[in-house]
This record gives sequence, C-alpha cells and structure tokens, in this order.
Amino acid sequence: MADSYLRQSALASLHLIARANQADSNAGLSMGERGFLCQWVVRGDAGNAVFASAVKDVTGCDLPIEPNTVQGSGYINVLWLGPDEWLIVAPDGSDAGPRLDEACKDIHAAVTDVSESRTVIVLAGEHARDVLAKGCALDFHARSFVVDQCAQSTLAHMHVIVHQRSDAPEFDVYVHRSFAESLWQWLEDAAAEYGFAVSNPV
Amino acid sequence: MLIIDCPYCGKRDEAEFHYGGEAHIVRPENPSELSDEAWAEYLFMRSNTKGRFLERWVHSEGCRRWFNMARNTANNEVEAVYLMGETPPKEVSK
Repeated sequence: MADSYLRQSALASLHLIARANQADSNAGLSMGERGFLCQWVVRGDAGNAVFASAVKDVTGCDLPIEPNTVQGSGYINVLWLGPDEWLIVAPDGSDAGPRLDEACKDIHAAVTDVSESRTVIVLAGEHARDVLAKGCALDFHARSFVVDQCAQSTLAHMHVIVHQRSDAPEFDVYVHRSFAESLWQWLEDAAAEYGFAVSNPV
Repeated sequence: MLIIDCPYCGKRDEAEFHYGGEAHIVRPENPSELSDEAWAEYLFMRSNTKGRFLERWVHSEGCRRWFNMARNTANNEVEAVYLMGETPPKEVSK
C-alpha cells in the first residue's frame, strides 16, 4: 500500500543522526540533512491579484517578485525560481499546497507537489561560504550573497538551489534526491580542511 | 569563460547556460505546401556569421528561461541580451 511504505530521507543510508551525537564544537562548520520537507512548485502570474493574495493567505508570505530572493514566515519559505515560478517549502505535514491549489482553481496557475524530489543539506558556520565557493561559480561573499537570497546553480556539477537562511551564515542547499549522497560526499571532502561536525537540523 | 547576463538572474557563468542556435527563425505558416527544398531550408540551413550574431540561449541551470543574445562570434563579446519575442535592440539590429 502506498501509504505504508518505509519513508526514508535521501541520506538515510549515511546514518547522519548517529554521527551528529559525536559533534565537534571546534569545527569550522556543521553539515546535516533537513529531510521530509513539503515542497511545491507554483506557477502563476505575479501580476494577477487573485494569485498573489492566494499565496499570501495560504503561506503568510508575500510573493517574492525580486529575482533570486526568498520570502519567509519562519514556518514557510517561498523561493523565487523564475519570473512565473516559485518553490514553497514547509515542514512535514503542511497542507499549504492543497490549500493553495484550491484557492487557485479558478485562475491560470498550477501547484505541483515536488516534496520527494529534493532533500536539503544544511551548511552552517564560519567556513560555510568557503566550502560552497569551492564548487560553484556564484559569489558567496557576505557582501554579495545575503540573508534570504537564493540562487539556482551547480555545486560540484550538480544542480542545486542555495538559500541563505541566516547571518551565521546558514545555507540550505536543495539537491535532487538521487544526487544527494554524491553531493554529501563531495561536501565532506571540501569541508575536511576546516573540520566539520554533523548536525541534526530540524 | 563567458559571463552571460541572464535577463532575469543577472550575471552568471557560461557553464549555467545552453546554446539554442540562431534566433528569429520563423516557422513557415503552411509547412504542408512547402517544397522539400524550402522545408529543408527552414529546418537545417543557418547562417554562419563571423561577427555579430543573434542567437538563443537558455539559463538551464538557473531560472530555465530562454532569451535572445547578440554575440560577436569573432571575439565572444556579448553585445546585448533581450527577451524572447522581442526584436533586437536598435544598437544591434542589422
């Protein structure tokens, strides 16, 4: 039965939770997986007042119109992916997607559940920018990549969405599920020189 | 390596983009009425310009949007970037 399958996060086989218990407080950064997020790709016309207010009502966030920015309510984040495309990210169990789908049923818009397509690897700490810069052409300097900015690019040749969540700095790196283990191994290698601790982000 | 100014995302590395061939090729209105030669001309024949060339690109690793670009094929200088469906800006129109 579809509803009783053994649900595992993309990096479950790496047993990161067990490793998180051995955290090293001297590490230059921490890395962990934030799994089981609800994600929806939303397509629509930002100029349509019904669409914009539906997103606002359901998520509590204004639609980010500025390219490569994020609007977050603390609980839900809305990431700009394109001029008519956004990614809504919410914790496990959220019903934001179906509610938004219902609110948009009379207009030209689409809400697609993509929750299982990507997992999130969280990089936090003073060397997080250095690690990202090793595999990506984007400028991750604090001057040009700031809080609630996002970007789609490649990290070690793997397609990712990077979202800076805080000034720590803390980055959410969205990676396709089948690439997650490969990216994690690359990140471990890239982070080795700074020392890293495995975290268990919620 | 080129730096390409995506009309949506801004300046990004060339590696994030894919090339889509010559821009402003118009599909014939009535393909069934065309001769084989005319259809082949539309499908396959492209100019091989040295110098300014109007072409299509897609920001495949970024916002995944198509756009047009005027690029000098001799020195790789990007002269203009403009949206799909737009005519080339005056300074790069032939």
